[in-house]
Amino acid sequence: MQKTVSLTVNGKPATATVEGRTLLVQLLREILGLTGTHVGCDTSQCGACVVHVDGEAVKSCTLLAVQAEGRNILTIEGVATGDTLHPMQEAFRDNHALQCGFCTPGMVMSALDLVKNNPNPSEREIREYLEGNLCRCTGYHNIVLAIKAGADAMRGAAPAAAE
Amino acid sequence: MPSIGTPVRRREDYRFLTGQGTYTDDINRPGQLHAYILRSPHANARINAIDTSAAKTAPGVVAVFTGADMAADGIGGLPCGWLINSKDGSPMKEPAHPVLVTDRVRHVGDHVAVVLAESLAQARDAAEKIAVDYAVEPAVVDVAAALQPGAPQVWPAEAPGNVCYDWHLGDGAAVDAAFATAAKIVKLDLVNNRLIPNAMEPRAAIGEFNRATGEHTLYTTSQNPHVIRLLMGAFVLHIPEARLRVVAPDVGGGFGSKIYHYAEEAIVTWAAPKVRRPVKWTAERSESFMSDAHGRDHVTHVELALDAGAKFLALKVSTIANMGAYLSTFATCIPTYLYGTLLAGTYTTPAVYVETKAVFTHTVPVDAYRGAGRPEATFLLERIVDLAADELGLDPGELRRRNFVAADAFPYQTPVALQYDSGDYQTTLRMAQEAAGYAGFEARRQEAARRGKLRGIGIATYIEACGIAPSAVVGSLGARAGLFESAAVRVHPTGSVTILTGSHSHGQGHETTFAQLVSDGLGIPIESIEIVHGDTAKIPYGMGTYGSRSIAVGGSAIVKAMDKVIAKGRKIAAHLLEASEADVEFKDGAFTVAGTDRSKTLGEVALTAYVPHNFPHDELEPGLDETAFYDPKNFTFPSGAHIAEVEIDPDTGHLTVINFTASDDFGRIINPMIVAGQVHGGLAQGIGQALLEGCVYDKATGQLLTGSYNDYAMPRADDLPNFALSTHVTLCTHNPLGVKGCGEAGAIGAPAAIANAIVDALKPLGVRHVEMPATPEKLWRVIQEHKAPLAAE
Repeated sequence: MQKTVSLTVNGKPATATVEGRTLLVQLLREILGLTGTHVGCDTSQCGACVVHVDGEAVKSCTLLAVQAEGRNILTIEGVATGDTLHPMQEAFRDNHALQCGFCTPGMVMSALDLVKNNPNPSEREIREYLEGNLCRCTGYHNIVLAIKAGADAMRGAAPAAAE
Repeated sequence: MPSIGTPVRRREDYRFLTGQGTYTDDINRPGQLHAYILRSPHANARINAIDTSAAKTAPGVVAVFTGADMAADGIGGLPCGWLINSKDGSPMKEPAHPVLVTDRVRHVGDHVAVVLAESLAQARDAAEKIAVDYAVEPAVVDVAAALQPGAPQVWPAEAPGNVCYDWHLGDGAAVDAAFATAAKIVKLDLVNNRLIPNAMEPRAAIGEFNRATGEHTLYTTSQNPHVIRLLMGAFVLHIPEARLRVVAPDVGGGFGSKIYHYAEEAIVTWAAPKVRRPVKWTAERSESFMSDAHGRDHVTHVELALDAGAKFLALKVSTIANMGAYLSTFATCIPTYLYGTLLAGTYTTPAVYVETKAVFTHTVPVDAYRGAGRPEATFLLERIVDLAADELGLDPGELRRRNFVAADAFPYQTPVALQYDSGDYQTTLRMAQEAAGYAGFEARRQEAARRGKLRGIGIATYIEACGIAPSAVVGSLGARAGLFESAAVRVHPTGSVTILTGSHSHGQGHETTFAQLVSDGLGIPIESIEIVHGDTAKIPYGMGTYGSRSIAVGGSAIVKAMDKVIAKGRKIAAHLLEASEADVEFKDGAFTVAGTDRSKTLGEVALTAYVPHNFPHDELEPGLDETAFYDPKNFTFPSGAHIAEVEIDPDTGHLTVINFTASDDFGRIINPMIVAGQVHGGLAQGIGQALLEGCVYDKATGQLLTGSYNDYAMPRADDLPNFALSTHVTLCTHNPLGVKGCGEAGAIGAPAAIANAIVDALKPLGVRHVEMPATPEKLWRVIQEHKAPLAAE
């Protein structure tokens, strides 16, 4: 059964016709062409598909597209301002927190959610928060450093002295 | 300012951080159909019949194909790239590896049929309507069981007894003689647990056929597009290479699992012209678990003989290695030439003998996974050395020091074929011990004991053979391919440069590291350099990325091509400057007449090469575009020492990695930031093997029990510590950069370091060995079993 869903994605209105079973991540990737959001598993564990729905981090494979009716979605494509990276994106680059890049969009979206709720997270809090995001390349070491540095930058704090 | 040796930030990051990477599943071709593979639910079953009629008429379905359709087209099986001969000289058993099966399935996930439909959902729905009449038969999944009399046979006619080959290496008589005189013999049985690689990007493939040009294109998640083009074109689909383009765009991690030629690549490429539409397939993660090649899966018995001074006299190793149901592309060389040859390790052991029996089972094929053979070799060697230290009452570090190949002993010929070119094992061990606070450990053990915790420290040293590989050497050992690398340096008329490399980056950061090489080599800014890889229509024939080979082999090819560019540029500059070629120097991007200020920049020389009005036409062709192929003279031998410190709660078996220290020798380092990242990732996978990850098949049914992230424990951020890294440099002596490679080191050293730390922690209980993965449940059981006798005493 086809349904029409209208939502806001990265600040722009979007309307699409979907099946009842279509997932939000499929709507984003396959219909709207926003392929920055990735699919790394089929059990809602890897976190490569994390987006923000009305400001909350959500695994977009856990939501039906029709459930996004009227919602405000932010994907990785909407995080930078023009060509200028968001401080969290910049921190990921500066700390070499990505290698193959596949988990990266979900990591950045999760990191932004963490920092929104906890502006100055400890290393332990960052590691525990990342429970829902898998990375196979980095061993998380640099992701943790990046999120700390990104949080510092977002608070306007002076960067911690290099270790 | 030289760029080499500095942590240049990665040029590829902007696109990945803004969602603009182009992975295979991000590509959509006009008019594409979606493929869904119907997979076997059984480990071993005869197929009596396949009825696809209902599926063919399901909504949106364009075609359904089975193995019979492929057989009718004369499609070949997937080839194996390495011939291993058994002890008796007979070649390995090499059964067919069908793209789609016809009469029998041999593992859960085996490829039965493909449905092509307008949408993936329609293809998946229709696949449920395919009726397969299976006669289920008993299956065998573990290697020891596969060798038992009466075991189910995977290939009863082709490989009786489930044996693929029975191989050996080394001087068995010398080993036996050494054992006869030994003051001490230490023995251990151990398992190297089976792993599932789990690159975060699932495999995907898109096949396309252009009827106007006759060109086939395959977009695929590959570490080596030319290898896929060769194998699929020549052996499977019989498509001339000139009409087959393979593109491996951004690839989301590989770790070995994306080296191999997989059935799905052949299916989409074969089907596209039949249905006159592009065909796209993307694995669901569940499919990755049951169709990506797995890793490791060895059962081993090892014995070490020592003299009265605790010098190693001889090592004897007997391994059974799982091949799975079919031979994957490089499966056969992993437990042989990438394993047995590493068994001297960092030590002067004069005699080594290893025998490996490779067996078929009803499981997914097993092939190289990060480290590939070398982690298995390191694990058994470093475990038996620790056990020897314990039994002799020696410090494990001291026992290693007594047996290291000395820093002044290189080149060092091992008894198992390899000749190490350089290394300094004493120094890396000393650095790791100092950084890890090894000397002060006993105080920490006692402090933990006062809190009721068991703390242990474990050392592993390792050597790996990387920079794979000298073609003539591997050819003599059975490789059916050359293992050189290619590069082209294309200097454009206004002086910017495109590098076409046969290496493939799927996270390694080649766009940055290679640009650093070229920036220093040609004296031009990184911004003027583009790195192109991953498209057989653009790059010269190259072998791709695996075995930590990109900088050692691919980087050397770039250096060789740059040398050609500079040599030609010098001739052009000499002409322009009216000087003798011998007087022209190239430095910092300019050709200068020695001792003068007369010079021409690389850009000016390039412009002359492409606008050759004033040009030495009698001597040179126009243009400044050079290609080079580099075939390594030897393997490279990264080495190092890893130290893990762990703490175990005896009441719950819960283990915490307190810290992990790695001191590695990778030769010259181009980008220390990227190198550290490679080590971090390798360590995470090694610690994952040691503590969390293990592929489990049900022994009775052959079902894959660890078939999703619910059941297969991937390392998460809070499972891992921060890593303390350092490097010590001894240069590789036989490649132009002095580089050795760093991609696999972490996965090679970490499992043994963790296992040794665990056994050290449990030593007060009399524990001698703990199998991986050392989960809390396993540790708790081991602790309970050993506590009981103590309590009874």
